[in-house]
Amino acid sequence: MAIEDDVLVIGGGLAGIAAAVGAHEQGARVRLVSHKQSTMRQASGLIDLLGYTPDGDGPVVDPFEAIAELPEGHPYERAGLDAVRAGIDMFDDATGEMYAGSHTDKNALVPTHGGAIKPTARYPDSAAPGIASANGDTLFVGFDSMIEFDAPVAADHLAATGVPYETDGVTIEFPGNLRDDAKVTRFAHLLDRDDEVAVDGTTMPVRTALAERVKEHADGHERIGFPAVLGDDHATEVRAELADRLGASVFEVPMGPPSLPGLRLEDRLYEYLHEIGVRVSTGNPIVDVEQVNGEIDRVVGDHTGREVPYKAQQYILATGGLVGKGIDSDREGVYEPVFNCHVPHPADRYDWFEDGAFDDHEFARFGVPVDTELRPIDADDAPEYENLRAAGSVLGGYDFPSEKSGSGVSLATGYAAGELAGDRV
Amino acid sequence: MESSTGVLVIGGGSTGTGIARDLAMRGVDVTLVEKGNLTHGTTGRMHGLLHSGGRYAVSDQESAKECIIENRILRDIASHCVEMTGGLFVQRPQDSDEYFQKKLEGCRECDIPAEVLSPEEAREVEPYLATDIERAIKVPDGAIDPFRLCVANAVSTENHGGRIETHAPVTDVLLEDGEVVGVEVTHESGPGKRVHGNEGQTEKIYADHVVNAAGAWTGRIGDMAGVDIEVRPSKGVMTVMNARQVDTVINRCKPKGDADIIVPHETAAILGTTDEEVEDPEDYAEEQWEVDLMIEELKELVPILDESRTLRSFWGVRPLYEPPDTGTEDATDITRQFFLLDHDDRDDLPGMTTIVGGKFTTYRMMAEQLSDHVCERLGIDAECRTAEVPLPGSENTGVLDDAMDQFGLRSPIARRSKQRLGSRTEEVLDVDGPNPVVCQCEGVTRAELVDAIDQSGTDLNAVRLRTRASMGNCQGGFCSRAMADLLHPEYEEAIAREAYDELFQERWKGERHALWGEQLSQAMLNYALHATTLNADSDPARLGQDVDFAAFDGGESASAERTGTGADAVATDGGHDGD
Repeated sequence: MAIEDDVLVIGGGLAGIAAAVGAHEQGARVRLVSHKQSTMRQASGLIDLLGYTPDGDGPVVDPFEAIAELPEGHPYERAGLDAVRAGIDMFDDATGEMYAGSHTDKNALVPTHGGAIKPTARYPDSAAPGIASANGDTLFVGFDSMIEFDAPVAADHLAATGVPYETDGVTIEFPGNLRDDAKVTRFAHLLDRDDEVAVDGTTMPVRTALAERVKEHADGHERIGFPAVLGDDHATEVRAELADRLGASVFEVPMGPPSLPGLRLEDRLYEYLHEIGVRVSTGNPIVDVEQVNGEIDRVVGDHTGREVPYKAQQYILATGGLVGKGIDSDREGVYEPVFNCHVPHPADRYDWFEDGAFDDHEFARFGVPVDTELRPIDADDAPEYENLRAAGSVLGGYDFPSEKSGSGVSLATGYAAGELAGDRV
Repeated sequence: MESSTGVLVIGGGSTGTGIARDLAMRGVDVTLVEKGNLTHGTTGRMHGLLHSGGRYAVSDQESAKECIIENRILRDIASHCVEMTGGLFVQRPQDSDEYFQKKLEGCRECDIPAEVLSPEEAREVEPYLATDIERAIKVPDGAIDPFRLCVANAVSTENHGGRIETHAPVTDVLLEDGEVVGVEVTHESGPGKRVHGNEGQTEKIYADHVVNAAGAWTGRIGDMAGVDIEVRPSKGVMTVMNARQVDTVINRCKPKGDADIIVPHETAAILGTTDEEVEDPEDYAEEQWEVDLMIEELKELVPILDESRTLRSFWGVRPLYEPPDTGTEDATDITRQFFLLDHDDRDDLPGMTTIVGGKFTTYRMMAEQLSDHVCERLGIDAECRTAEVPLPGSENTGVLDDAMDQFGLRSPIARRSKQRLGSRTEEVLDVDGPNPVVCQCEGVTRAELVDAIDQSGTDLNAVRLRTRASMGNCQGGFCSRAMADLLHPEYEEAIAREAYDELFQERWKGERHALWGEQLSQAMLNYALHATTLNADSDPARLGQDVDFAAFDGGESASAERTGTGADAVATDGGHDGD
């Protein structure tokens, strides 16, 4: 007996979650299956819609305006501008006060952990006080054992981008005897629990100790930014207490993997799926697909060696791109491993890339092409399967790192694919 | 700007640095000039094989004998650069018994310890060998780190009063009255320790004798002096695997051929190589078929290579030399012997000697003979001591084993650091404050990187070669920016940013040749981390772009002020609300 649902979403990242919500909102019974941990924990936790056009213009002030101008074949064009609005609205509903940016269509400029600025549409509440497009003299604080964020470098780099306010950076020793290479979650959990730590021959709660160490550098700065390790379960409380003690607003600078803002977002979104009643199965890859008359009949999951069939009327492929292995390759070519959907790519491997690291790489656009109903299409532009849709990074035809459009495409195409699928059952 | 020296050595590869050290130890005043970084040319682009001589035991016994002698010496004087992996010459079913026998006898004739292993015995040594191999010959091949070796030679040269000048290409050879009297270099300055001169400045360096040890570029120097040196540059590809599929050097036991060797190196294995004559040592095609050939051929010996992860590929150029009128058609037939060309005897041009050809393994012997020659020319009576005196970093490595705990380093990072640093371990790792790992893939700590920056300034590619940071699976994706941060505050932020860009681009160049499967995924992740999370590709500071900050979202409170609905506007301002 197969596990039966109306809509089966394959993939547990932002696109898969948005698809599950979209289908659920159409009244469908939805299941989401995912194999590995999603790539959200590798991302900064910022939700980028569109920061630069495919021609490289930007930073874009109004992403919605720019999205309306995108060429045919871009996933945003396939899904349509209304889907972009709907997807981001869904995100705002799901995250509530955890994210900011919804008060305007404009992008914010957020300082990165290297000190560059980046246009983004939604930013974690924890990053909100630090946005570079708001004024306020800024102090960055880094920890001497943490190599991911060098506060003086970030401060000088931010100044070099021309921000109209003062920036400073200081490196301090984090209170408490953390190992030299402690994981970021260790810092966060210590702050969450506000453990007592030994400082200068006495002990005190770690938040107090941290604020004491920063205080001597804090004078005059309106806002103080830390690497994104300020708590996990009690992040808001940690920041509020530090702000109170320091007499300045306190924010986090988003960082690379493992990313606490990414982890917090992932937790929140899965909580949301649970709240609305989407079923979730994690840890199991889909290893086989059975079709009948051009439609997917069922797929088979591998539960540690045991084969478990999943059956639905509609399927959504949201397995990610090259990073998430939703798109894979070997020396001969590029392929989509679950349904073997068509992935256009140059025959010669040496045409997949360009000479400079940030040049216009063909591989960055690898993925499945879709019709305007987001169904993957074959080399003759015909749908691969009537009841299969695709969303997020598994889609081809856009270069998300260069455009800063990854999260937005996932939300827009995910939500739209979910709605379309839910509507068909 | 002008200066003078006793002997001026052109070329900062193994031969050049070896000569500089040898002469400096004999008390000669030496200056070495190198157009790029140390090992910029051929030395930095080899597979790191310490030859036993087995490879030449049939075709070139003279070279084979030299190799085994020098192999033994380098194990002694450069122990921190050498890993004695051992090597196997493996016979496949289609490889001839006759050649196998010749190889074995050749080894014995050249005093190379050689032992025949049955297929079972060979697979006991290397479990991933193909199941159908016939047998193998075991020889004392090893792996050697060419960069560490050159740096050690350069440091020793400086310790003996010599001058090492990198990023100083020779722009002219100075001639007076039909005699070479020195060279002119142009200082290609960057900030930091890479130069003694100022950027763009030329310097005439007068010398009693000039040594041309420019490897594949020797012909160019010859042209400047007006003499003809027939170097035939020959390119070869090397493909880097992400793990050591083998711990022993694996050679195919057949007469010369492409793609017939695997060298385990630190955490990686390097597949080599091809041999193809090129016109220009700096500009030649790096082709897909060459990379494919490595895997296709070598999977015959070690089948798992077919599914293994490839990190990158790089090409090197051999400075093969053909004595005039030899007329060899095929570059692979050109001898691996080295030659001393005294231009006084050969071209009636006193004041300059060229050394060309040869092999990395015999660099020290080449340096000794060249130094003997130069000393004789200059009437200097001094003995060569380089076969006995250990290189810096190589003394007393044994006593370091107990000293690691005090540096707060856990194994295996401690072990790796110690291997890299040798006897300098204590001096480098004894730092105040935490010493976190910066490069996770290769286990390189901050203290080691800071030490390398002290040595080489802002050139992160030199730092990388000294430490191996950014050379693992992620190819700098996770650590290149953090490495650059370490330049600050000694160097300003803009310089750190430039150094990061240079390193990231350099890593990309080699990775391009391995873009399929795991490494294409890695490349996409690296691209995403640097372009998306850091916005390094469109960074306004990098592009010199003016940004209208006020046109963007100024935060909820700002927009509330503008629209006059500020009542609950600070609710999501994380700095001020409670929980």
